Amino acid sequence: MFNLKRARWALFLVSTLLAGSAYAQTVKIAFIDPLSGLLGPVGQNQLRSWQYIADIANQKNWAGGPKFEIVGFDNKLSPQESLTILKQVEDQGIRYIVQGNGSSVALALADAVAKHNARNPGKEIVYLNYAAVDPDLTNSKCDYWHFRLDINSDMKMEALTTYLAKDKSVKNVYLLNQNYSFGQAVARAAKEYLARKRPDVKIVGEDLHPLAQVKDFAPYVSKIKAAGADTVITGNWGNDLALLIKAAKDAGLNDKFYTYYAATTGVPTAMGAAGENKVYYVGYWNVNNEKFVGADLAMGYLKKFDDDYYTMATYTGVAFLAKAFKETKSTDPVKVAKALEGMKVQSLNGEVEMRKSDHQAQQSVTIAKWVKINGKTVKYDQEKTGYGWETEVVIPAYVATQPTSCQMKRPG
Amino acid sequence: MEFFVISLLNGVSYGLLLFMLSSGLTLIFSMMGVLNFAHAAFYMVGAYVAYALGLKIGFFPALFLAPLVVGVLGALVERYGLRTVHRYGHVAELLFTFGLAYLIEELVKVVWGLAAVPYRVPEILEGPLFTLYSTSFPKLRGFMMLVALLMLLSVFLMLTRTRIGLVIQAALTHPETAQALGHNVPRVFMLVFGGGTALAGLAGVIGGVAFITEPSMAASLGPIVFVVAVVGGMGSLVGAFLASLLIGIVQTFAIAVDWSLGGMLAVIGIVVNEQTPLYSLWKLQLSQVAPVLPYLLLVLMLIFRPKGLLGTRAD
Repeated sequence: MFNLKRARWALFLVSTLLAGSAYAQTVKIAFIDPLSGLLGPVGQNQLRSWQYIADIANQKNWAGGPKFEIVGFDNKLSPQESLTILKQVEDQGIRYIVQGNGSSVALALADAVAKHNARNPGKEIVYLNYAAVDPDLTNSKCDYWHFRLDINSDMKMEALTTYLAKDKSVKNVYLLNQNYSFGQAVARAAKEYLARKRPDVKIVGEDLHPLAQVKDFAPYVSKIKAAGADTVITGNWGNDLALLIKAAKDAGLNDKFYTYYAATTGVPTAMGAAGENKVYYVGYWNVNNEKFVGADLAMGYLKKFDDDYYTMATYTGVAFLAKAFKETKSTDPVKVAKALEGMKVQSLNGEVEMRKSDHQAQQSVTIAKWVKINGKTVKYDQEKTGYGWETEVVIPAYVATQPTSCQMKRPG
Repeated sequence: MEFFVISLLNGVSYGLLLFMLSSGLTLIFSMMGVLNFAHAAFYMVGAYVAYALGLKIGFFPALFLAPLVVGVLGALVERYGLRTVHRYGHVAELLFTFGLAYLIEELVKVVWGLAAVPYRVPEILEGPLFTLYSTSFPKLRGFMMLVALLMLLSVFLMLTRTRIGLVIQAALTHPETAQALGHNVPRVFMLVFGGGTALAGLAGVIGGVAFITEPSMAASLGPIVFVVAVVGGMGSLVGAFLASLLIGIVQTFAIAVDWSLGGMLAVIGIVVNEQTPLYSLWKLQLSQVAPVLPYLLLVLMLIFRPKGLLGTRAD
């Protein structure tokens, strides 16, 4: 009896001590992305990626004390649903959120977080955007509490067009994109940058199709063919990309496809051998990089979840937070947000800097090609297809960088 | 010319797949009066079962077995689910199939996971069937058309030329009389429902391999199936056939056309530019709205000819 009483006292003492030092606690991070529906598989993969990296950070004590815990919320890819979840997140006292799929969702969340923070001093929320790439988010609609870990659509296009400019076989380009803010941004940037770098390249056709509505892409493929295009640039993702490439393969279309998202869940399976030497993606990392940086992580992920690790921004994100916690000796979002501005961390693609002026992470850009694995330059395949991504070129951060029109309003 | 012929072939083959999908729905509706919301879910089950069986016994045996499996499943659903609900009327049936669709989708996710499965085309169907000018027409699409036509033919012959077809037709229009003559009408209904879902399963075997086999495939094709059934005329198999082809071809050709309302106005001398009110509406090209056209057709059809192309029901 006496012992039990003493144990209770000890427990009480320890818990008050822990509560007193906010630093050595577990930091909850809300993951707000689709976990069901059309993009469910992608969201599931990314949630596990965050949790996987958080586990590693906890084991290796990146943050020097605080532990990370990622809590998944299913927003069904809906901005409305995301705002409801944000309320839950606030109620549960979670102070960090991460989101990536859909710029429409990102714009809504960034706005809601800004309002929440202005109205609830002392309860601020920091928003890490790891994949929504609409340039507006770090330009006209930039916000102090929003940090983008991915490279934005314009930066990707800058890198892609720089690469294309050197390829003299590119003469006629077709733009096929999804009809919403992101797809339109891709089409606009492609036209603008190609006109600047390769005025001789003709845009022979341009199409915008409804998001996630098209089942049969064969008509689009015959249109591309009829237009006489040799290169297709597309920002399509998910099934809209997988079905497009499948239809192109069926019709024997020999065009090259330059994509943003050919390395995401489901697309490699749909491409298989058909995409060999024809499909490219532009992104921030490829597991088959020069020194195979991060390959051990990817293999660990494969072993644990039987799936591919491709959302490298999860690594960058956790690294940023850990460093900010360590530097400020705090997990307070106000201090952390301040520390994140201009911070540099070492990620799997080299040094990444969170630019102070617009909170857009500056990093190198990789362009990779879908080829058979060869054990030398391409060791790792994707989705067990026997095909993987060969790094074509790594464009340093300073080339891909873009000016910003952001006029950041800082609190206080 | 090349573009026209290929587009026509694309349109017809897509239309035929739609027909395979919607014929079962139309059959069930015309025979039993049940609007089966879970129809697309059976389509999905067909694709998954064919994928799973295909790994063991190959694509072609699975092509025959998977629809059978789905048909048996459908018959069981009718026998132990729908028949019980039937006495509470059509609304109860509707809600039952509606719930069933969700249930099947979740089950598929539990069994096969959330990601797409690598359901591949067998080698014999890989590659081009023929090459027209410079565009190749894939064998798989040719096969798809063949299966759809064979299916139409056999269903039609079975309904009109066989004894069981006669019994089915009799049981539909005069169930009491058929029962009084010694036919087991509930069993006929079970057969019809099983047969209808088997057709959906068959469409799934083909559709799954032609497109992508993943858990949202039912949800993405569900609405269009109803469009076909309504446009063709509820309960008319031939109507569904015509409607499928119409939708397939219209959708395919609409994608090729870059006309916009603004462009048409320009022809008659009205200039539309960014200052014009509602510019975003005027500049919309037909190709942009192509995937939405079937639904426009649905609405127009319901307004101007509610019974559909070849429907017989006046109400």
